[in-house]
Amino acid sequence: MENDVMRASLASAEAAQNNHTPELKMSARDVRVFYGESEALHGVDLDIYANEVLAFIGPSGCGKSTFLRCLNRMNDTIDGCRVTGRIELDGEDIYDRRLDVVLLRARVGMVFQKPNPFPKSIYENIAYGPRLHGLAESRAELDEIVQRSLTRAGLWDEVKDRLDQPGTGLSGGQQQRLCIARAIAVSPEVILMDEPCSALDPIATAKVEQLITELSESYTIVIVTHNMQQAARISKRTAFFHLGNLVEVDETTKIFTTPSDSRTEDYITGRFG
Amino acid sequence: MNNWVLVCVLLVAMGFAYQFGTMRSRSLVDGKARMHSRPVHHGLLVALWCGLPAFTVFLLWSLFEPGILRSAVLNQLPPDMAGLQGHELEVLMRRVQSIASGFGVSDQPAAYELAAAERLRSLQGTGRLAMIASMAVLAVTGLVYALRRLSPALRARNHVEAVFRVLLVVCSTIAILTTIGIVLSMVGEALHFFRFVNPVDFFFGTVWNPRFSTTGAGELGQFGLLPLLWGTVMVSIIALLVAVPVGLMTAVFMAEYAPGWVRALAKPIIEVLAGVPTIVYGFFALVMVGPFFHSAGLAVGLDIRATSALTAGVVMGIMIIPFISSLSDDIITQVPKAMRDGSLGLGATKSETIRKVVLPAALPGIVGAVLLAASRAIGETMIVVLAAGNSPILHANPLEAVSTVTVTIVNQLTGDIDFASPQSLVAFALGLTLFAITLSLNIVALYIVRKYREQYE
Amino acid sequence: MDIQQAQPNPPAAASDKRRVRVEKSLQRRHRAERRFRFIGMSAVVFGLGMVALLFISILAKGLPAFWQATVVTEVYFDPEIIRVDPRPVAQPGESPAQLREREMAWQTQVTMVNWNRILEDSLIAHLPEAASARPRVRQLVTSGERFKLRDMVVENPGLIGQRAQLKLLADANVDVWLKGNIDRSLPDAQQQLPPEVRAWADQLYERGVIQMRFSTTLFVNPDSRGSLASAGLAGAFVGSLYMMLIVILLAVPVGVASAVYLEEFAPRNRFTDLIEVNINNLAAVPSIIFGLLGAAVFINWFGMPLSAPIVGGLVLSLMTLPTVIIATRSTLKAIPPSIRQAALGIGASKVQTILHHVLPLALPGILTGAIIGVAQAIGETAPLLLIGMSAFVAAIPGTPFDQSTALPVQIYLWQGNELRNFFEARTSAAIIVLLALMLSLNAFAIWLRKRFEKRW
Ligand SMILES: Nc1ncnc2c1ncn2[C@@H]1O[C@H](COP(=O)(O)OP(=O)(O)O)[C@@H](O)[C@H]1O
Ligand SMILES: [Mg+2]
Repeated sequence: MENDVMRASLASAEAAQNNHTPELKMSARDVRVFYGESEALHGVDLDIYANEVLAFIGPSGCGKSTFLRCLNRMNDTIDGCRVTGRIELDGEDIYDRRLDVVLLRARVGMVFQKPNPFPKSIYENIAYGPRLHGLAESRAELDEIVQRSLTRAGLWDEVKDRLDQPGTGLSGGQQQRLCIARAIAVSPEVILMDEPCSALDPIATAKVEQLITELSESYTIVIVTHNMQQAARISKRTAFFHLGNLVEVDETTKIFTTPSDSRTEDYITGRFG
Repeated sequence: MNNWVLVCVLLVAMGFAYQFGTMRSRSLVDGKARMHSRPVHHGLLVALWCGLPAFTVFLLWSLFEPGILRSAVLNQLPPDMAGLQGHELEVLMRRVQSIASGFGVSDQPAAYELAAAERLRSLQGTGRLAMIASMAVLAVTGLVYALRRLSPALRARNHVEAVFRVLLVVCSTIAILTTIGIVLSMVGEALHFFRFVNPVDFFFGTVWNPRFSTTGAGELGQFGLLPLLWGTVMVSIIALLVAVPVGLMTAVFMAEYAPGWVRALAKPIIEVLAGVPTIVYGFFALVMVGPFFHSAGLAVGLDIRATSALTAGVVMGIMIIPFISSLSDDIITQVPKAMRDGSLGLGATKSETIRKVVLPAALPGIVGAVLLAASRAIGETMIVVLAAGNSPILHANPLEAVSTVTVTIVNQLTGDIDFASPQSLVAFALGLTLFAITLSLNIVALYIVRKYREQYE
Repeated sequence: MDIQQAQPNPPAAASDKRRVRVEKSLQRRHRAERRFRFIGMSAVVFGLGMVALLFISILAKGLPAFWQATVVTEVYFDPEIIRVDPRPVAQPGESPAQLREREMAWQTQVTMVNWNRILEDSLIAHLPEAASARPRVRQLVTSGERFKLRDMVVENPGLIGQRAQLKLLADANVDVWLKGNIDRSLPDAQQQLPPEVRAWADQLYERGVIQMRFSTTLFVNPDSRGSLASAGLAGAFVGSLYMMLIVILLAVPVGVASAVYLEEFAPRNRFTDLIEVNINNLAAVPSIIFGLLGAAVFINWFGMPLSAPIVGGLVLSLMTLPTVIIATRSTLKAIPPSIRQAALGIGASKVQTILHHVLPLALPGILTGAIIGVAQAIGETAPLLLIGMSAFVAAIPGTPFDQSTALPVQIYLWQGNELRNFFEARTSAAIIVLLALMLSLNAFAIWLRKRFEKRW
């Protein structure tokens, strides 16, 4: 079944590249976020296309994480946080009252800045999501999901002998890949990553980056990064945020070579940030 | 009280000494020499020299005088009286004391009593004079000595601060002394008890029937600990069965669901439960909960005693709720937000996150809290005294009356305490058992809780 | 869910299947969520309900006890009955001791007067038919009231031959009967009063001779065995106050000093670790163990008196010590180190820094902790039982060395009184007094905290 999905999504990715008419996955219109009284995002408009890797860059505190959290409504969990505007997933308003956040988050997964494996075994960490959503009907099916997710996250060979050991015992890089595996175990359509490599050493970072590139064949990935080289290496398009505004979004190569906004240029060339 | 007057006089003297010290210190300043310490410190130093030695004498005297006087009086008693033991001796000493103090006794005192009283009185008189005299001498000597020593170079501040430090150290050893006192007194009296009763019979005996102390040592009752221990365990388990689910769910609701104002309002109200004296719970159990269970039992055809393990346990559980809920609340809020986010980000609902991630992560801490609560329940006294029914029989029916370790301690030690009878002494053996159990629970619990804190710090 | 109907992309087929699965369980999961939340809310409601139940039931039972059945009647100090000599006055050439002796003799004479007869006469004036049953009539008024008459005469011998309008406490059983605290339909054998006395009580109540009046007995009298209706809390209250004072004088300074030492001076070594562990454990030692400690050390070894507030105070001080230490330490911990550095930086010694800068800032926190500890201590019962404070004491203690009880112990004693019908309410009233004392202490602590909260 998963092979079907993969093949299908590969096909669609190819189609998207071939046709040069990328298919719209998510879109945000005039999104504003308030923490209590203060406005942290001042009206963001952004389109996200299927099977692309989109990077968010910008100085810290400019609202990248805030916007990312809007995309799967993680902001709901913050007291006093209010979101206005419209965000669509496959043409559907995700802030619609009738929409089930549980379902939304199953479709739009998230990987956090600091690896946050549960204090459970490696197996249980991966099986957690599929169990919640009832994705596996038998133990065998669950085993298969766990193995497949770990394999896709490039972690299987490293942990296959110690699935019953605590996930917190892994190294930082392994933990982060475990968290990615955990996210893909529920087969989301979009994966949001908030600076997934900022707590990792260069080697672990390289592994995760490679993983992201691979995953982009089947998933839409939005990644916040502090590291501009990283954005350049892995993303197809890049969005630059500044002081709560989305300054510009374009092909990564264009952003890094000929940005149209002077603020972007200043940031890229390291004049601030 | 004469002693209070003495202490007050000493304090006043110290006040004067302080004045002298500061005055003298000021006069020193008039010279060109640079002072090491300020007049305040000189004054304090002089006051300390004046007061401390005298006060030490006073303390030692008060501590040892009664014993010395007593033995002096005892030596003076006629030979046939010297053999008196325990209670009778006490009565005699009381009579002698009250004759000596001039209160007199209701009947005609015997000649030897009068003689003893006379001697006591004269000894007391001379002793007192001697004490006051030596205190006065010491105070004056100290004062003069300290005043002489005052000089610009004197490190008066350092001396005063050293005394201050010593005082602090002494204070902080009192807590240790208390523990030592508990252990020593408990072990000492318990060993006393084990001279009457075999420890094996005590720790493994299944029958509790101590008889009355008046029936004499010839027919010693049975001192089996197990029925009491079992009663304690049964009541505590019932209490935990009430308190743990309610307390834990209260903590979860407060920490995860309740809006701020509910939290701000409900938390202190529930914590009021922790401040209510246990005797009040006992009364509540006796007049409200017990009768309620009894009639509820009748309604469903169950025979529930009004005072039973159930009544005591449930009420004790209510008492412990805030204990568990506030400890668990702390522990739950310590689980990092990242953990919750990880679960919510996968599409878990809030309750799934709590049940499958937060609570398991908080488990060690919660176990610690429950152990602390268990130690509370085991040591709780008044609720069980009033509501458990006091029937030290080994049975497993929570609807029946039970007795507990604490209840029995109270029963055996209220009224007249006779430190020579096993009926009273058994209370200390029971206390030692109780202390050992609660102490080990506490140590384990505190260890777990501390480890848990470190994990997330 | 509408969301899954809009499915433009090709992988939707598989994805759809997955989503159907997810959705299948959704309703169940949301139900579980609501159930869980509901359970949490019920737990909170249960806790709140118990607080309400506890307080409402105590108040409902206890408040009526502050109003006692009182006979308002005219009393004739009949010279025929009160046959006493005139009060002795100082004779020339008489020593004070002799005068006192004569005075005592006179008082004994006054006490020997048949005061009951005067009370009976006063009641028979309202109940002519009762003239033949004097012993029964007497049952209407509590027996202690005759001493009230005596005291009035001792105070003012001129009263003899006069009439006075008096408020006399009715007997406890009359109070029970009139308040309906006993089942009126019980057969005579189970009633505590004979039928005619019950009838008289009803009559007098109807005529307003017996009224429910607010009575200060509870506050001004010590405990009593003979005259239950006039049993009061004053003795126990004063005993508790003495103990509170001792705790404040001992536990608070010593506790603060040890906390200061541990927090500010102590090097971190084995010994201080030991003290630390020891204090934490001491805080969790059952209170009854402290009672055993008191019995063994203070009573048995040091030979201190049984039932004395001084011993109770010492025991409670040891028990409160860890609470004070822990509270003080956490307050000291919360004071930013910058304050200490600033003071040390301008050349203050460590002791000066602490006395002049740290302690003043910590004071509200320390006081709050101390007051809470003291409030806890005065609610303690079990340790006091073991040092003999459960003895019956019919006097207000004059010093901390006299025999005394304490409020919680008085509650314990009263709840066990055989006249349950009367003492259930009286016990609740005593509980109200105890809780009021503790609440005001706690309110004071909260006020302190609010007033001085973190000003740095
Ligand atoms: N939980 C929060 N409460 C209040 N303000 C917040 C919160 N999270 C973020 N902010 C504010 O929102 C702004 C954007 O933060 P964030 O999205 O975390 O920035 P970035 O991820 O780009 O560094 C910042 O000014 C920050 O102070
Ligand atoms: Mg961020």
